[in-house]
Amino acid sequence: MTLQTNLQHLTSAAEVEKTINENENVMVCCGRMGPMCVPVYAIMEDLEKSGKYNHVAFRDMLFDHPEAAIIRNLPECRGFMGLPFTVYYKNGKVVKATSSIQNLDQILDILDAEFAQ
Amino acid sequence: MEKEIYDSIIIGAGPAGLTAGIYLSRAKMQVLLLDSGMAGGQMVLTHEVANYPGFESISGYMLAMNMKKQAEKFGCEIKTNISIIEYIIDGKIKKIKLKDGKELKARSIIIATGGRSRKVGAEGENDFAGRGISYCATCDGDFFQDREIIVIGGGNSALEEAVSLTTYASKVTIVHQFDQWQAFDSAIEEMEANPKIDYIMESKVVEFKGGQSLESVIIENQKTKKRYEKKIDGVFIFIGYVPNTEEFKGLIKLNSYGEIIIDKQFQTNLPGVFAAGDSIEKRYRQITTAVADGTNAALNALEYLNQ
Repeated sequence: MTLQTNLQHLTSAAEVEKTINENENVMVCCGRMGPMCVPVYAIMEDLEKSGKYNHVAFRDMLFDHPEAAIIRNLPECRGFMGLPFTVYYKNGKVVKATSSIQNLDQILDILDAEFAQ
Repeated sequence: MEKEIYDSIIIGAGPAGLTAGIYLSRAKMQVLLLDSGMAGGQMVLTHEVANYPGFESISGYMLAMNMKKQAEKFGCEIKTNISIIEYIIDGKIKKIKLKDGKELKARSIIIATGGRSRKVGAEGENDFAGRGISYCATCDGDFFQDREIIVIGGGNSALEEAVSLTTYASKVTIVHQFDQWQAFDSAIEEMEANPKIDYIMESKVVEFKGGQSLESVIIENQKTKKRYEKKIDGVFIFIGYVPNTEEFKGLIKLNSYGEIIIDKQFQTNLPGVFAAGDSIEKRYRQITTAVADGTNAALNALEYLNQ
């Protein structure tokens, strides 16, 4: 069960743990192939391709995967009622989480603020 | 690879822009299509398209990807997630400056920047977006299983989405600012027949309140100006669209709604600057009308380029 994107997919809680432990900066977008989610994946794909954010690991995860509970049940996502849930991890800890669609500028603001080199 | 001077730069990769890209590229023009987001525009935000001729039913995303593929096949260069900071488009050679410092040049421009969902503009709206306020029923409806929600709006979208949201919600209350609906009779009848739907006319939501998520709204009666608080779990907003034309204010002629004024050749008041799709002055905004606009703008731009 994965999303139809060109991003690397996370398919288990263990993979999420491994990714956030092995990478200093991680952005995970947890959603479906729906209207509010697809534009966020597209932005992540473009940023990954641009090479300007090589210090960030871009990943996605299917919202309805049972093991996506590791994202869905984060305290930082409490009160979220809009897909996708996008979570930013630094050194294994959540530093920012957003609910619903975000545009390029909103994502860049977070990446530049939280993952500044 | 970037050209020194493109024949045409199209701003916006929704159905109008992609269609213009298909026509101009097929005519062997050097075309660059830019978008601040992904290709597809608002079409991507449509879960199911059932009135696009040739497809009984197709997702907006798939239709957009098909159009993009078709444009690229003819040689149209498409760049997404691009930030434009300045337009110098009143001369013979049009210049577009990007945030990354690059400057692009073209002999013609087609503006197809489309529109975006209109916001209520009430206090708290931005704070609770994704935390109880949504603009997409198909995306977020299942977060409101057995909960009470409000739908704001009185047009076809509002009424149709209110009906679809009763699949999840225990009760849907429509709040509409006018004393009559702006929807087709069929949509009104379907809404009226649904026992889970109630409505409040001549009223506006003037404030969204809550903690971690939305908890209540303040509703104001437009006649009496009386305000009251209503506890609610979620609000879905469907009150139409606004054109994405703010960046062209002062550069080209816009009407009082911010829509681009064009002539019969789909040209703005500036020679060589054409416009198409939801950002222009027109009555009906459909994927099909955007596609038709894109065709017209492209063919007229082609004639201009060949002069």
